[in-house]
This record gives sequence, C-alpha cells and structure tokens, in this order.
Amino acid sequence: MKVKMLSRNPDNYVRETKFDLQRVPRNYDPALHPFEVPREYVRALNATKLERVFAKPFLASLDGHRDGVNCLAKHPKNLATVLSGACDGEVRIWNLTQRKCIRTIQAHEGFVRGICTRFCGTSFFTVGDDKTVKQWKMDGPGYGEEEEPLHTILGKTVYTGIDHHWKEAVFATCGQQVDIWDEQRTNPICSMTWGFDSISSVKFNPIETFLLGSCASDRNIVLYDMRQATPLKKVILDMRTNTICWNPMEAFIFTAANEDYNLYTFDMRALDTPVMVHMDHVSAVLDVDYSPTGKEFVSASFDKSIRIFPIDKSRSREVYHTKRMQHVICVKWTSDSKYIMCGSDEMNIRLWKANASEKLGVLTSREKAAKDYNQKLKEKFQHHPHIKRIARHRHLPKSIYSQIQEQRIMKEARRRKEMNRIKHSKPGSVPVVSEKKKHVVAVVK
Amino acid sequence: MTANRLAESLLALSQQEELVDLPKDYLLSESEDEGDGDGERKHQKLLEAISSLDGKNRRKSAERSEASLKVSEFNVSSEGSGEKLVLADLLEPVKTSSSLATVKKQLNRVKSKKTVELPLNKEEIERIHREVAFNKTSQVLSKWDPIVLKNRQAEQLVFPLEKEEPVIAPIEHVLSSWKARTPLEQEIFNLLHKNKQPVTDPLLTPVEKASLHAMSLEEAKMRRAELQRARALQSYYEAKARREKKIKSKKYHKLVKKGKAKKALKEFEQLRKANPAAALEELEKIEKARMMERMSLKHQNSGKWAKSKAIMAKYDLEARQAMQEQLAKNKELTQKLQVASESEEEEGGAEEVEELLVPDAVNEVQMNVNGPNPWMLRSCTSDTKEAAAEEDPEQLPEPVAHEVSESEGEERPEAEDDTLLREFEERRSLRKRSELNQDAEPAGSQETKDSSSQEVLSELRALSQKLKENHQSRKQKASSEGTVPQVQREEPAPEEEEPLLLQRPERVQTLEELEKEECFQNKELSRPVLEGHWSEKIPNNHPDAPQEKKKEEEMIDLQNLLTTQSLSVKSLAVPTIEMLEDEVERNQRQMIKEAFAGDDVIRDFLKEKREAAEASKPKDVDLTLPGWGEWGGVGLKPSAKKRRRFLIKAPEGPPRKDKNLPNVIINEKRNIHAAAHQVRVLPYPFTHHRQFERTIQTPIGFTWNTQRAFQKLTTPKVITKPGHIIKPIKAEDVGYRSSSRSDISVIQRNPKRVTTRHKKQLKKNSAD
Repeated sequence: MKVKMLSRNPDNYVRETKFDLQRVPRNYDPALHPFEVPREYVRALNATKLERVFAKPFLASLDGHRDGVNCLAKHPKNLATVLSGACDGEVRIWNLTQRKCIRTIQAHEGFVRGICTRFCGTSFFTVGDDKTVKQWKMDGPGYGEEEEPLHTILGKTVYTGIDHHWKEAVFATCGQQVDIWDEQRTNPICSMTWGFDSISSVKFNPIETFLLGSCASDRNIVLYDMRQATPLKKVILDMRTNTICWNPMEAFIFTAANEDYNLYTFDMRALDTPVMVHMDHVSAVLDVDYSPTGKEFVSASFDKSIRIFPIDKSRSREVYHTKRMQHVICVKWTSDSKYIMCGSDEMNIRLWKANASEKLGVLTSREKAAKDYNQKLKEKFQHHPHIKRIARHRHLPKSIYSQIQEQRIMKEARRRKEMNRIKHSKPGSVPVVSEKKKHVVAVVK
Repeated sequence: MTANRLAESLLALSQQEELVDLPKDYLLSESEDEGDGDGERKHQKLLEAISSLDGKNRRKSAERSEASLKVSEFNVSSEGSGEKLVLADLLEPVKTSSSLATVKKQLNRVKSKKTVELPLNKEEIERIHREVAFNKTSQVLSKWDPIVLKNRQAEQLVFPLEKEEPVIAPIEHVLSSWKARTPLEQEIFNLLHKNKQPVTDPLLTPVEKASLHAMSLEEAKMRRAELQRARALQSYYEAKARREKKIKSKKYHKLVKKGKAKKALKEFEQLRKANPAAALEELEKIEKARMMERMSLKHQNSGKWAKSKAIMAKYDLEARQAMQEQLAKNKELTQKLQVASESEEEEGGAEEVEELLVPDAVNEVQMNVNGPNPWMLRSCTSDTKEAAAEEDPEQLPEPVAHEVSESEGEERPEAEDDTLLREFEERRSLRKRSELNQDAEPAGSQETKDSSSQEVLSELRALSQKLKENHQSRKQKASSEGTVPQVQREEPAPEEEEPLLLQRPERVQTLEELEKEECFQNKELSRPVLEGHWSEKIPNNHPDAPQEKKKEEEMIDLQNLLTTQSLSVKSLAVPTIEMLEDEVERNQRQMIKEAFAGDDVIRDFLKEKREAAEASKPKDVDLTLPGWGEWGGVGLKPSAKKRRRFLIKAPEGPPRKDKNLPNVIINEKRNIHAAAHQVRVLPYPFTHHRQFERTIQTPIGFTWNTQRAFQKLTTPKVITKPGHIIKPIKAEDVGYRSSSRSDISVIQRNPKRVTTRHKKQLKKNSAD
C-alpha cells in the first residue's frame, strides 16, 4: 500500500538569508477578491480624509524685517537662499534650512521696489524709490569692509521693477518706460515706450529670453521684443494688472494678476481671449509665480491669502492663510517645486509646503507606494460627491468666507440680469459674451 | 490714417488746380477772340492802347480782372476742364529755341521721376514695426507648440528635465593628487615600480590598453556568436556528409552525382546568360579538364582494375558492362562540349515550338522536379490538357485525370500513400460489414465468400500497383520532360480502373466520404482535381443516383471554369475563390435571417415589463413552522389551516407609475442612500457614461493587480527630485538648436534707426 504524504520543497518557502523578503504567494483570481469597486471607494474616501487630516502646510515664518516685505527673489543656484526687500529699503538674505537671516543690507531710501538675482547667483540687483539701481555681491563683505554696492546707477525717474535676463548680462527696469541695461554701462542700451504711464512690473521670458512682458497702470499688458527693440502688442483689460509671470515650461504662456480679483492666463500669440480665467480671490491679486514644473502657479492677494491654481483649472486647488498674515504682497515658488514663500504686509516671510499634506523627508519605498496609490485613488474617485466634498473642504477666515458669499450673490445677480436682458430684448441684439472675453477690453497692435 | 490720406489727396488736388488754371485762361482768351465780332476786337484794342499809355502795372491789373470775370467765384467753368496738363504741351514752344537745352534736360529728368510719396507719420511707422515684429516673434514661438502639447499630454514628466550625467573623474586624476605616505603604501609602490607597472598615468600597460582598444564587449560578443554559428553549421555539414557517405546504395550515389552534374550545368547556363565572361572562363576550365582527360589513361581500360576485368570479361556480363561503362565515361568526358546556340533550339522540332508558345512559367513547372507551385501546376495541367484536346478530343478526360493524380502524387507522395492506405483499410472494414449482411449487396448475390476474399486480394493488388505506378511516374517525370511521358502514363490507366469499376454502391459511399476528407485536407487545390478524378468513375458506376448527378454538375461546372479560364494563366485561382466568397455571403445572409426569424422585440419588452412589475410587488410573508404542533418530517407539509393562519398578506402597494405607459418601464427602486455616493453628472473628460464606468470598475490596487501592474498603474504624473533645482525648459533640452546669436549682440547691431526705404517696404508689407 502506498502511503500518500505531504511533501514540500523547502526551496519554495525558505529564504536564503534572513534579509530576503518573505515570499507571499498571491492568487489574483478576481473571484477571490470581490467588491473591488466598493473597497477601492472606501480606500479613496479614507485617503481623502487622511489628506485633510494631515494638511498642515505652514512650515515657518521668517521674521526680522521692520516693515512690510515688498519683494522676494530666489537664488538661482541655491535652494536654501532667499532674498527679500522691505518697504523701508532694507534687503535681507535668508537661509531657509536654518530659517535665519544671514545678511542685512540697508539698500535704499524708501521702498525697495524690485529685487532680482543674476543668473549665475553671484550678485543681485535692487531698485528703490530713490531712483537708483544697485548691484550687490551675493556674498557678504569681508571683515572690516563696509557694505557697499558693486555698482550704483542713478536714474532720472523712479524705477518700479527690475528683472534680470536668464542667460546674459542684461537686465530690464521699468518705470516711465522699459529700459534694457547692459551690466557694464550706466545708460540703458535701449528704452521702449508705448504711451505714457507708469509701468509696474517687467518680466523676462525664461525660455525665449528676448521676450519681455510688462504691465502698466493704464490697465494694459505690453509685450516687448528685446532684439528688435520694439513693443509687440498690447492688451487692455478691465482693470489694472499688478504683475505677470511667464510659464517656465511653455514659452508663450503667461499669467497676469489683476486688480479685479482674477488671474488671466494668456497665450501671447492670441491676446484677444485669455486661455483661462482663474477666479477665487476676493480681493486684488498682487503677485503670481509659476511652479518650476509649469503645471501650477501660486497667487498672492490683498485678501490675506495665497492660492494655488492648476494652469488648466479656473478654480484654485488650495488656499493658505493664517490668522496673522496680512495682505500678501509677494509670493515665490521655490525652484525644487516643493515650497512656497510669501512676504506680507506684517513684515514676515512665510514658508509653506506646496502640497499641504505631503510628508517631508525621506520616504520608504512602501510609504511611497502607498502615497502614489492613495493619490491615484483620490484622482479616480474625485467625482464622487462625498469624496469631492471632503477634498474641497477648507476652513476660511470669516472675512474671506463672507466675501465669497457676497461675491457669489453679486455674480448671480449679474448673471440673472444679463439673462433677463437677453430674454426681453430682440433676439440677437444683446450678444452673449463668454466669461473669457468679458474682461478683455481691446488688443492694440 | 484716413485723415492723413485725405490731407494728401487735398493737397494733390490743389496742385492740380493750380496747374489747370493757366491753360484755361489762355484758352478762354482765345475763344473770346474768335467768338466776338470785329467791333468787339476794336474795342479791345482801344482798351489796350489806353492801358498801355499808363504803364505796366495798369495792364496787369486789367488782366487779373479779366480772369476773375471769366472764372466764377464759386466754380471753375466747365470749358476744357476734362483736359489734363501734359508737360509735352508746355515744352512744345521751347523746342525751337536751342538756348533752353539745359532746361529741357532738367524737365525731362523730372518727367522720368515719379512723385515721392509723403512719409508716413511716426505712429503709423511704429505700428507697422510692431506688427511685423509680433508676427516674427509668434513664428519663433510656434516652434514650441509640439513640445508643449507633448508635455501636457505626457503620462509622466520627470523633473529636472535635463539629465545630469554624473561626472566620473578618471582614476589618474584622483591618483595624481595622492601620495604614498605610510611605509606599507611605499612598499607597494616600490614593488609596482620594480615591475614597471604604471602607477598613475596611464595606469594600464600598453598591451592591456591595446587589447582594450582592440575589441569592445559588444563586438566580442558578436564575434563569438558568429564563430559559434559557424562552428555549428560546420558540424551539421560534417554530420550530413558522414550520413550521406554511409549510404551504401550505389543508385543513390549515382543519382547524387547526376544531380550535381545537372546542377553544375544549370549553373553554367545561368552564368552564360548572366555573365558571359565568367562563363567563358568556366568553359575554358571544362576544356582544360577534357584535355587532361585526353592526356591521362584514367578511363581507357588500361588500369589494374580494367585489366582484371578484361580477363573476366569473357565470362562475366557484368564485368563487360563495367568496362563498357568506363569507356563510355571516357567518351563522355573527352567529348567536346557544345555551346548551346540558336541552332540547337531550332532543332527542337514541332514539340519544342509548341512548348515555347506556352508561357515560361508553365515550362518552369514542368522542369522543376522537386517543388512545383500548386497553382502553376494546375494551370500547366490544364494547358497540356488543351493540347491533348487538340490532338485527340476523345481521349480528353483520361489523361487529364491521370496527370492530375500523378502530379498530386508528385507533390506530396506521402499524402497519396496515406490516402491509399486509408482507402484500403476502409475497404477492409467495409468488407467485414458486408460479410455480416450479405443481402445488402446487389451485385454480389451470386458471389461466394471465396470470391469476396479474392476480391479483397485483387483490390490489394490494385492498390499496390497504384502505389508503384505513382512512384514510377514520379521517376519518369524526374528523368524526362514535356509531352513524352503522356503516352507512357496512359498505359497503366486501364489497369488502375479495373478494380474501381468493380465497385459496389456502398463502396461509392465510402469513396464519397473519402473524397470529403480529401477536400477537407487539401482545400482548393485538390478538390477540383480529385473531383475530376472521380468524375470519370462515378458516372460509370451510378448514372442514375441523384446526388451523384448533382455533384457531377458541380464538377462539370468547375471543369468548365477551368477550361475556359485556363487561357490566362495567372488568374486561375481568383474566380473560384470569388465564387466561394459569394456563396459564403449568401449563406451568412440566410443564416442571419433564420437567426432573427423568431425575434419579437415587442413581446420581449412586454415580458420584461411584466417581470419588473411582478418583482416590485410586495411579497407575502409565510411564517408557518413545519412540525410545530403537528408531525413534521420529509414529505409532510404543514396543514392548510396552519398555513392560512400564519401567512401575512402584504398590503397592496401604490400603483406603478408606468401602469398607463405602454412603452416605458419606470424603475421605482432608486436607493437614496446609494445615490448619495453616486456620480450624478458625467464628469468632464469622459464622453460616454460607459467610459467612466469602465475606469471606475478597473481596480488599481495591489489586491487585484500584480506588483508590476500596480506600480505601473500608480505612477504619479509629475515626479520631482527633492533638492534639485528645476530650470526652465531649454531649446537644447528638447533637441532644438537655440539661436546662436546672443540677445544682447542683436540689440547692439540693431540700433533704432530705420531708413526710408525700409519704411516703404514695411508699408507695403502691411498693406499686403
């Protein structure tokens, strides 16, 4: 008689070393794992809830300025270094890892209107209300030396903004006109004007570096070509644009921060219709900066909050605020795309995570896998009402909250009126203007 | 702009008017002179005389007053208004006087030049500039379109975009800054120096370096693989040669030799066609071999072997034959090779000519012994058949069939053998059956068991003969070509037919089966062929069987098809296929018709609705407990009274909403609790709800997917490396060449100055 015995090959279940992973045999037969949709739904719901639980974006506040922070600049080569200019003419250089100020310069009398770093990171430029452009060394002065600028250019008019070329020793200032300067000269190489009004900001295109964009207080955005030394086109919006920012991954896209609470993303080849109108702020938008990945941008507003918008969405995905943060004047997205800095009226610079619930530091592979999986689940079930509600839920300060309600009512009333007008007039006599086109007054060639 | 133009035109008009004024006056005065009478003239003269008395001034004033009289204050008189002042008219009086030559020249020069357009105003110029610059810039920017689109649609983007290649410092550099300090290190270095081992630069001995340079890893691998293959091939070849060598059959070797010779000849023929020079060389070689043969005594019955054979030759026939053979060989080898020429071809005769008329492909097939194309084969047979028909119309069917069967046998003799064997087996089995019920046989009633067994034997013989014949014919085909074998082939035909003719109806049925099998096996080719084959015999046996008749018709059809269409050799296979396709289509249509014949959508719907209504009705609740208060068990039912008592009747629900709507089913079972979790509107990127459902239904978790699939499904869209600076996209990153000129140099070269010519061009551009 043959006796049947269980026999197993130890090769199948014994590890070679104790450092090997335990082998877990799995059977992927779908019959054994039923209810995949409900189970994943629950997982997604939990992931969404956890995301909200862990959403703690505020990292640090850098205090030291004795007046409102008016401008910020990133160091092009060093992630930890940040420069800031205040309304009392003080410029500070900060170390983000230590969260300390490492250098303080009394750069100007009056406001520091603009600050920008050279592309190589060895020096930086400031412009102030005292009609000067100053170039400073990034490293501090040696022992016993005095803090002095490398160069000082005294202009005829006040400069309100400055930006440095991305590749060459050229920078641009704005004020009465847009001036292009060679670093070695005390006179601009060329000045470009179109009409007479004070220009509040000028920005170089980071990809096609000969392009510039500026915005003036007569409600227009003007584009310039540095090589041909002419303005290219002008678009006039409903209200004044405070600043613009070019997309670092898409050469022809820029976003304008407007006084009418909105941001407008334009394709510079077709200025008559913005690509997207981003609306969520309840007060004037003062500054905007793109994420280096070019997929999102952050905006700072007078309503004491900053918001993060995906470039293809008209609504923000995130809003940051604290009790103590006042009107946010400037904002920057760090070049590793992980953090956001904002400088506000109440003299502080704040550091935020770009992704509110992200865990900082090194992740193990399992953590990473879980994070990715949760992210995908959230994306997959994002349209389900419960998940949507939880993911969208944000606590807002009362002022902003009530403002939003008010805005909504106003907008609804306007819409209703428009509808009524259309309804009660001769068909075709009242044109239906889309939201995108509504805000563009004219495009001037 | 328009204002400007207006001003311009006004200016031009005024100029014209000034010019026009002059001749008008002149003309007017003339006409006045002509028109008025003598009295008038006299009066004029008088006036003139009077005025001349006073002096120049007086006269001028008179002229002016005159003009004002003629030309009214409000409009220029219409006389001569249509005419335009031409410079030539003005110059006419000048022609005569030579003193005014310089003036004339100047005037001519003026005439040749065009009037200069007014320069545009500054704003206009700037506007044009801007427009041109904008167009240029947008053109430059549009090169980014594909990249932007690609990045937007990318499944995954990894930042920073540019891959930083880790810089590996060569070890020499590292070593150069390093010095041996400890005694151990120094000792080692001393040793190295003694052995002339280079320490820092170049670290490798020249030999090593050379070897490194000589071959890269990939090259070496490739080389090795090549060598391996060569070795393997060689070993195969050797094995084959050994195997062939082992074969003892003389016949085989003879055949091989013959084949080789044939091949060589063929090659030579080809060479002759392709490369006459090379062929000539080859010919020379052959000639040389002949000469050698002539010189040598090799095949001249003068060797040792030949002498021994010569002794035996008297008595032994074989020996004599061998000697003869040798001599024949000698003759063959020493024979002068005749270069194939036109004359040879002409000698071919009528048959050859006929063959030449047939397309080349056919000839090829007939020549080709080992692997004829089945299509070509069929065409060839039909061709030959035609030829046969011309020769002897009565003999038509038989040779065709034989040829066909033969060619088929030639093509795959194994199949033929198989079929024959199977045929045999089947017959035997049938025989057994027929033995069991003898009365089934109509013809075999008078035959005894012995005769039946005899019949089996005869059949066996016939089959073996068939087999043999096939082999023979194959050989014949191999050896000879053209029409010659036809005659030979006809001979075994009657022998073959005999046993088939003897067959009974049952057997025919088995044959049919066989045929079916055949058809199944070799579809298009063998079917008509086989049918052709059987067609001769079946009618002989059963001219009245209806099924057979039908088949016969079909076969005849096919045959007709073959004969009619065989004229064009190429398009033989096509019509049959088309026919088949047509049939298939018709069949399908019919099938669909049949399939949906009993379909009643309306009834189905009503049934569905009834079922839905039934399902939505509240059910009665039966609370009877079997065995409670009475006997229970298998086969026992609770009493009707008890059941009635414990049955709770469900209350009648509200009427269904679709009660009065005949064409609608309204589902009233919407779960509010579930609805709270359900998506109400189709989200944006999806175009159909099914699409959305599918995405939701495919799980992405590790519970349902393998590790690899899970990783692939959950890869994030954007990956950034912590602590790395992400720079703006650059033209070099995406493979574009960035503009070589720096922006600043362009500015310095382009001062803000624009020439008038440039302006004009710009204006033209803008106008376009």
